[in-house]
Amino acid sequence: MNFYNEMIDANGGVRAHYQGYDEWLKATPPERIARKRAEADLAFHRVGITFAVYGEEAGKERLIPFDIIPRIIPSAEWKALQSGLRQRVTALNMFLHDVYHDQEIIKAGKVPAEQIFNNAQYRPVMQGVDLPGQIYAHIAGVDIVRAGAGEFYVLEDNLRVPSGVSYMLEDRKMMMRLFPELFAKHKVAPVQHYPDMLLEKLRAVAPMGVNDPTVVVLTPGAFNSAYFEHTFLAQQMGVELVEGRDLFVKDEVVYMRTTQGPKRVDVIYRRIDDDYMDPLAFREDSSLGVPGILKAYQAGNVTLSNAIGTGVADDKSIYPYVPEMIRFYLGEEPKLNNVPTYMCRKPDELKYVLDHLAELVVKEVHGAGGYGMLVGPASTKEQIEHFRKLLIAKPEGYIAQPTLALSNCPTFVEEGIAPRHLDLRPFVLSSGKCVNMVPGGLTRVALTEGSLVVNSSQGGGTKDTWILED
Amino acid sequence: MLSRTADHLFWMSRYIERAENLARLLDVTWQMSLVPQSLEAGNQNWNAIIALNSLEETYAKKYSTVTADNVLRFMVSDPDNHASIHSCLRLARENAHAVRGTVTTEMWETLNSTWLEAREKSFEQILNAGIGEFFEWVKMRSSLTRGVTLGTLLQDEAFHFIRLGTLLERADNTARILDVKYHVLRPQGDEGATDFYQWGALLRSVSAFEVYRKVYRDVITPERVTELLILRDDMPRSLHFCINGVVKNLDLIANGQSGETQRQAGMLHAQLHYARVEDILAHGLHEWLTDFMDRIYLLGDGISKDFLVPMSEAA
Repeated sequence: MNFYNEMIDANGGVRAHYQGYDEWLKATPPERIARKRAEADLAFHRVGITFAVYGEEAGKERLIPFDIIPRIIPSAEWKALQSGLRQRVTALNMFLHDVYHDQEIIKAGKVPAEQIFNNAQYRPVMQGVDLPGQIYAHIAGVDIVRAGAGEFYVLEDNLRVPSGVSYMLEDRKMMMRLFPELFAKHKVAPVQHYPDMLLEKLRAVAPMGVNDPTVVVLTPGAFNSAYFEHTFLAQQMGVELVEGRDLFVKDEVVYMRTTQGPKRVDVIYRRIDDDYMDPLAFREDSSLGVPGILKAYQAGNVTLSNAIGTGVADDKSIYPYVPEMIRFYLGEEPKLNNVPTYMCRKPDELKYVLDHLAELVVKEVHGAGGYGMLVGPASTKEQIEHFRKLLIAKPEGYIAQPTLALSNCPTFVEEGIAPRHLDLRPFVLSSGKCVNMVPGGLTRVALTEGSLVVNSSQGGGTKDTWILED
Repeated sequence: MLSRTADHLFWMSRYIERAENLARLLDVTWQMSLVPQSLEAGNQNWNAIIALNSLEETYAKKYSTVTADNVLRFMVSDPDNHASIHSCLRLARENAHAVRGTVTTEMWETLNSTWLEAREKSFEQILNAGIGEFFEWVKMRSSLTRGVTLGTLLQDEAFHFIRLGTLLERADNTARILDVKYHVLRPQGDEGATDFYQWGALLRSVSAFEVYRKVYRDVITPERVTELLILRDDMPRSLHFCINGVVKNLDLIANGQSGETQRQAGMLHAQLHYARVEDILAHGLHEWLTDFMDRIYLLGDGISKDFLVPMSEAA
């Protein structure tokens, strides 16, 4: 398979937008680079930018490897991406509002009713609940890959609790600290205003009639894999970081327990899944959530960000319908490509998938984090046969996609510099009619040779992402 | 501020202060043991440290005899001993971790790297490098934490809870150091070179040797040491100084239900403010200090109830 290289073109030349960096890299002594890389490691450890990994020893923290070769995207490409992301996230929010209100898209026959109502992520409790600005996914982390000859595809729309934005910000800070000269030489679009933008959005979607809303970040606690990010965002926005036990509901109003008595809370940027939000409404065994919060939410006394029930729009079984949503709600052609997707619940598509398992990527419909997937070309016969059984037993639980030839980018690895596959997660913020994002996003890189899985839970690393201004 | 946040800040500062004072206590005991003394007196010193922290049971599970080496190992780097310096540094860091969004980045980095460094030091390495050096290191890390707090943190409620934790812990710890050393020193006994070194070491353990010289310009006497460490309100590790700060910070965070705790603190303050060293010694220093430590404990309890433990939903 041929891969699109972000830095080097097909003839072995350095692409125009990487020329400045390439010159710098060639002119910089390897000892200096090595020293700076060690410095970065030390700094990340000291700051405690760590990531708790599930399945390992409880509470164990690991660094997410940071690579000093940036992922550079020329301004024109970014502009096209940005406009496609605006379009896509707008349509997804309209879809969510529609699903929980009049369901026009189902009536029009564009999305089959059972795909929505049989989806575990569909929340009947949200039916008819009006939200400020009709926005459900205030924060979306859309995963984008470049494949084939260099065209972009959307791989996944993360509309529940997308994480990683703190690494985007810390990577930039680290890069500027290590190599300030690079930023003097390049016009890199800044990203550090993300927390301000986020706070502005969260304040904008406060319940009606609240002029000076109290915003909090709700975390599952210090042992969550993304705890660093929760504290980081709360601190950067200057708001309280709360746990479920810090909040309580009285007369359908949410309060936090403070040293000066109860204080009303208006907007909750929650980093807890729907299932754990309210033991009275969802999982009874959840000690992370707040009993009675759903009632307060339905009464319009508090804003949850993202809304309850957004999972019905970012589920892998709904993904194939997103282009249709864009046409239906906006009357426009989609600007970003979807990856062709086989829905295994359809018998003819299942047959095709079973016949081509060795070429395809099979994903669990509700899976996330790179768990529970099969990358056909990189799998053993046993693994493929194992998935064949799973597929036959529960076809509706899976989708399949062609294995994309993900683009790669030169990356420091043990043997020196070698190409590694990567993706891009821009963070798209919505409130009312406004959809904004800081230039770029989080670039994740699969550090294992040939691997196409970039998730940090699977040993992926990150790179600073540069959008070059003209 | 969230009650839980205040709780973590309060305990974060208590644990780092506790680590520092433990280092001070162990250091002075270690130094005293270097001056010729009977084996019995030496053991009594080490025993007192275990007893002071009510750790007899935990200790007996691991060690059969009380020796300098065992007690040091137990109190310096034993992870199973929740009162060891190792555990205190870990707990300070864990509490900071839970509120790292509230403390400044510099504060978090200081406490985090203190723990990361401490975790790497085995007891053997500490001994090889010289245990005195380790105690110095702990004191410096605590000073650094305090300095970075003073130099970077907004002086709001968070700051007051941190100060409250620091000063309450220090008052308790100074009282303990004085209590455990004073009765070993037997002030009525024969005066001589030994006493001079012992009192000198005690003063140094609370960084008060030079202060003593400056204040009294005279020979070291037990009465003056007692006065300095209990009654001087300008000596940063004295009980009077600490309780002044406790009263001040309590006033700054007062809420609708903290009246009784403030009154208790005020009473304790008045007692220190108007006390005379002759009366304390006549009453019996050990009894006086025991009573003081009980009241510090009750103050801590009151602070927990008034501010830290989540208030009832009806409040």
